[in-house]
Amino acid sequence: MTTVVGAAQLQAIVSDEDVVRVRQLVRTAAVTAKLSLVDQTKVVTAASELARNTLVYGGGGQAEVSTVDNGARRGVRVVFSDDGPGIADVELALTDGYTSGGGLGLGLSGARRLVEEFELNTEVGTGTTIAITKWAR
Amino acid sequence: MTLNAEQGERLSEILSLRSDKIAKRWAEVAAAPLKGRLSAAESGRQTAELQQQLQSSLKNGALSLDGAAGAELRALLTELSRDRARQGFTASETATSVFALKTALYENSDAAKGKAEALRDYVAWSEFVDELGLFTFEAFARAREQIITQQSEQLMELSTPVVKLWEGVVAVPLVGTLDSARAQVVMERLLQALVDTGSPYAIIDITGVPSVDTQVAHHVLKTVMAARLMGAECIVSGIRPQIAQTIVTLGIDFGDIPTKASLADALRHVIKRLSADARAAKREQ
Ligand SMILES: Nc1ncnc2c1ncn2[C@@H]1O[C@H](COP(=O)(O)OP(=O)(O)O)[C@@H](O)[C@H]1O
Ligand SMILES: [Mg+2]
Repeated sequence: MTTVVGAAQLQAIVSDEDVVRVRQLVRTAAVTAKLSLVDQTKVVTAASELARNTLVYGGGGQAEVSTVDNGARRGVRVVFSDDGPGIADVELALTDGYTSGGGLGLGLSGARRLVEEFELNTEVGTGTTIAITKWAR
Repeated sequence: MTLNAEQGERLSEILSLRSDKIAKRWAEVAAAPLKGRLSAAESGRQTAELQQQLQSSLKNGALSLDGAAGAELRALLTELSRDRARQGFTASETATSVFALKTALYENSDAAKGKAEALRDYVAWSEFVDELGLFTFEAFARAREQIITQQSEQLMELSTPVVKLWEGVVAVPLVGTLDSARAQVVMERLLQALVDTGSPYAIIDITGVPSVDTQVAHHVLKTVMAARLMGAECIVSGIRPQIAQTIVTLGIDFGDIPTKASLADALRHVIKRLSADARAAKREQ
């Protein structure tokens, strides 16, 4: 069973500065969970991508950052949520190079590759929630 | 809050009848929270100026801050806010300088004696002063925002130096977060430096960028493309091992852009290219 260690940290995402704050919270949680430098960098980068999508496409939202423990290993879990337009075609959005906003189109698909667990829930007109977890090796 | 004509007249009356006493008390109450960080003389000068303006605005028929009649009063309050914001005071310290008029008015009118009519006037005046105070508060917030924007623009200029590393080589060592605004400044400065120095090579060093995500990569790629259009070749350096792995997993493709682990490696690479270029030029002669 996965349990949360300590208190989860909530961060609103309404500006570019908030994206930086999410990265810092995730970095701190990753150090607490004793992730290697490479894994820290990977989860921070994935969080950066998803936080920016929350801001740009979700019209703002929030991130909940926590350190988790599954009995064998520690990890970092981040849940991004927004009340934005939702994603109509998830498969398309997860295609490398697909962007509706002039980006590189690698944020969503790349973030999924950077972590072990990636759960995406979205409903058109309601919003999007993405939960990621990166475990220490 | 809008005063009615009689309330305005009576306010104007008490302001001239008790002019000195009100000025003195207003200055005292306003100076207290500033705790000597602004000289009493300076703060007194400001409240006296406000008092004079209030007087003359009331005479010109201003019964609220709105419209043409309140314009001069608004301008003065805005100026006060701007000065205080620049001097580092808080919004409430600044607004308190205006709210202090209430104490002075209360103590110098018959309201202090508990007369019903005077109290009614005082309530109306008080709401009017609240309006002035809130306006000051908002003007202060706007001024603060302006100052912050100016400072971050200055900081941005300072933190993106373009240096000439070698004859024919300019470098931009990027430090900190590369958001869109900064990326724009970096690109403009680099392109300008290429023109000014006539350099065929540029090194973009990202050692100091803590997080390289697709947005940063996108900005770097666009900068490299722009430099290419001007006939210059870019090398991206400062790609630490953990960042290299992350970039690859993300799926970012730097194409044929040379990337190097350190600035020194990049410079070595460029110097080799420069001498190869020189040899080729000689052969052509
Ligand atoms: N939170 C979200 N809400 C709505 N649409 C989203 C959200 N996140 C991603 N998308 C959609 O998925 C696409 C792909 O996202 P991403 O891979 O990060 O590429 P990019 O950010 O470069 O556009 C976006 O262009 C957008 O259409
Ligand atoms: Mg994205």
